[in-house]
Amino acid sequence: MELLVAIIIGVLVASGIYLCLRARTFPVVMGLTLLSYGVNVFLFSTGGLKINEVAVVGKSADPTDPLPQALVLTAIVIGFAMTAFLVVLALRSQGEQHSDHVDGKQDDGGHQ
Amino acid sequence: MSHLIIAPILIPALAGMLLLLEVRERHRLRRITGLLACVALLAVSILLLRQAWEGGYTVYQLGNWQAPFGIVLVLDRLSALMVLLTAVLAFPALLYASCGDDRRGANFHGLFQFQLMGVNGAFLTGDLFNLFVFFEVLLIASYGLALHGRGPERVRAGLHYVVLNLVGSALFLIALGLIYGTTGTLNMADFAVKAQALTGSDATLLSVAVLLLWVVFGLKAALFPLYFWLPATYAGATAGVAALFAIMTKVGFYAILRVYALGFVAGPFAGLGQQALWWLALVTLLLACIGVLGARRLGVLVAYLVVMSVGTLVASLAYGALDAVAPALYYLVHSTLVCGALFLLNDLIARGRGEVADQMLAGPAIVHGGRLSLLFFVAAIAVIGLPPLSGFVGKVSLLQAVPEPAYWVLLLVAGLCGLIALSRAGSTLFWRTTGEGSGLRPARRHLLAVLALLVLSPLMTVYAEPLLQFSQAVAAQLQEPQGYIRAVLGGDV
Repeated sequence: MELLVAIIIGVLVASGIYLCLRARTFPVVMGLTLLSYGVNVFLFSTGGLKINEVAVVGKSADPTDPLPQALVLTAIVIGFAMTAFLVVLALRSQGEQHSDHVDGKQDDGGHQ
Repeated sequence: MSHLIIAPILIPALAGMLLLLEVRERHRLRRITGLLACVALLAVSILLLRQAWEGGYTVYQLGNWQAPFGIVLVLDRLSALMVLLTAVLAFPALLYASCGDDRRGANFHGLFQFQLMGVNGAFLTGDLFNLFVFFEVLLIASYGLALHGRGPERVRAGLHYVVLNLVGSALFLIALGLIYGTTGTLNMADFAVKAQALTGSDATLLSVAVLLLWVVFGLKAALFPLYFWLPATYAGATAGVAALFAIMTKVGFYAILRVYALGFVAGPFAGLGQQALWWLALVTLLLACIGVLGARRLGVLVAYLVVMSVGTLVASLAYGALDAVAPALYYLVHSTLVCGALFLLNDLIARGRGEVADQMLAGPAIVHGGRLSLLFFVAAIAVIGLPPLSGFVGKVSLLQAVPEPAYWVLLLVAGLCGLIALSRAGSTLFWRTTGEGSGLRPARRHLLAVLALLVLSPLMTVYAEPLLQFSQAVAAQLQEPQGYIRAVLGGDV
């Protein structure tokens, strides 16, 4: 299972970084979203991976670590708010500059 | 337990919430609320500084959960100094913005208070994840503030700033995950203790985590190669906001200093990433020189002066085991205040010149340019580091503390470049005039805000001796991380 989670994190982060480096705002937003998904899964796994165990001490012989779950909750909330803000900003950028290029360059025939 | 230590976070939080509730655009009410909160913050931070000066460490356990399980706030001399510096900078910046700039967008005052809350929280927290949360608080407020007012240029610079910082946050989280995975703690003091005991692959993972932290803090501090966002963002921001942002790069420097002093001066991880920081800081200094010389707008020039101060500070930190921290702290206070004043002055000059604004072109004469030119002259002398103002004292004591040829050469070259650039800027802006201008004359409150910041530079020269002694005391406390650790975790270390 560790291998599976590691591959998932790797694929998410790699595609996130690739999309972040694109020149249009929409792929960048998608890239940041994927990146934060990857980071969240990574944070979640830092306490060790356990199957079918509750995160409460005393309810189980080998409880899973509750702290990463709390951390990841915080990170999800913050990441979600930031993404929402970025979407609004990207829309405003397109509205003011009449282009969805991250540097505000005008369209040059649809090339990306 | 004294509850005063949480006041620098609660005052702006409450003021910010009250300001969000005020929806009827009563500007006078908003301004008074914001300014009152800043005054209260100033008073509290002076009290805190006295407390830190006399009593060593104050540890505040939130919800009374024992460290390292709960989140703690820790007040020592360094954090007290930084909180006071924030308050001293915030009041003039807000005063300046309250002359009309705050009406150019919604909720300026609320965002300003939340920004202060985030900065103060970052200075006071003793927990790494909490540091991340306060970073996010100050960042999301700064996104709003950087975009305050309108204009495509601001949006473009803002977009870069936001995307870069979101990637930075992702890296920060990865570092925190690695730290928690290897040491099982996020409390800074506990982390410093547990890190020393790691061996094998865990130690390697921890090194990766700490190097990632340097990257993230380097992005906040605007260190090469992560400073390219700064000039456009700062030069584009509204004057009061840009002045407040002068403290933001110092938050990054503070975070490096704090983590470094706690766990990486001695022990198995001693000097982790120090070499890299040293060279990157020197390159930052060099590129800032080029940026200062090449700037075609006064705002960009001042922004590069901020980058220059960051290079100076980080290099002095990376030079040796906290030897140069005392003069670096003096220089930090000086450069923050003077750069803040320069951002305000830049706006006054741009207003006075009308259409040409702050571009380095011949333009109409500035209305009431005499007073402005005098202020500009004083600020320029201070920021370059010519005698008799505080920049000189700061640079001389830094040069004494860092006897390294590369640093000497670069710092002196930086001073020379600053001198050339600022004298060229001054003569272009004030003397190459083309007839009578139609710009706006500065309001009295504008000048008062600039003066409030600028007058601190001569004061810092007059009281250089006690101030340097104070920064020595701060550095001495940083060199004894055991005291911090014992204060947070109790006596069993």
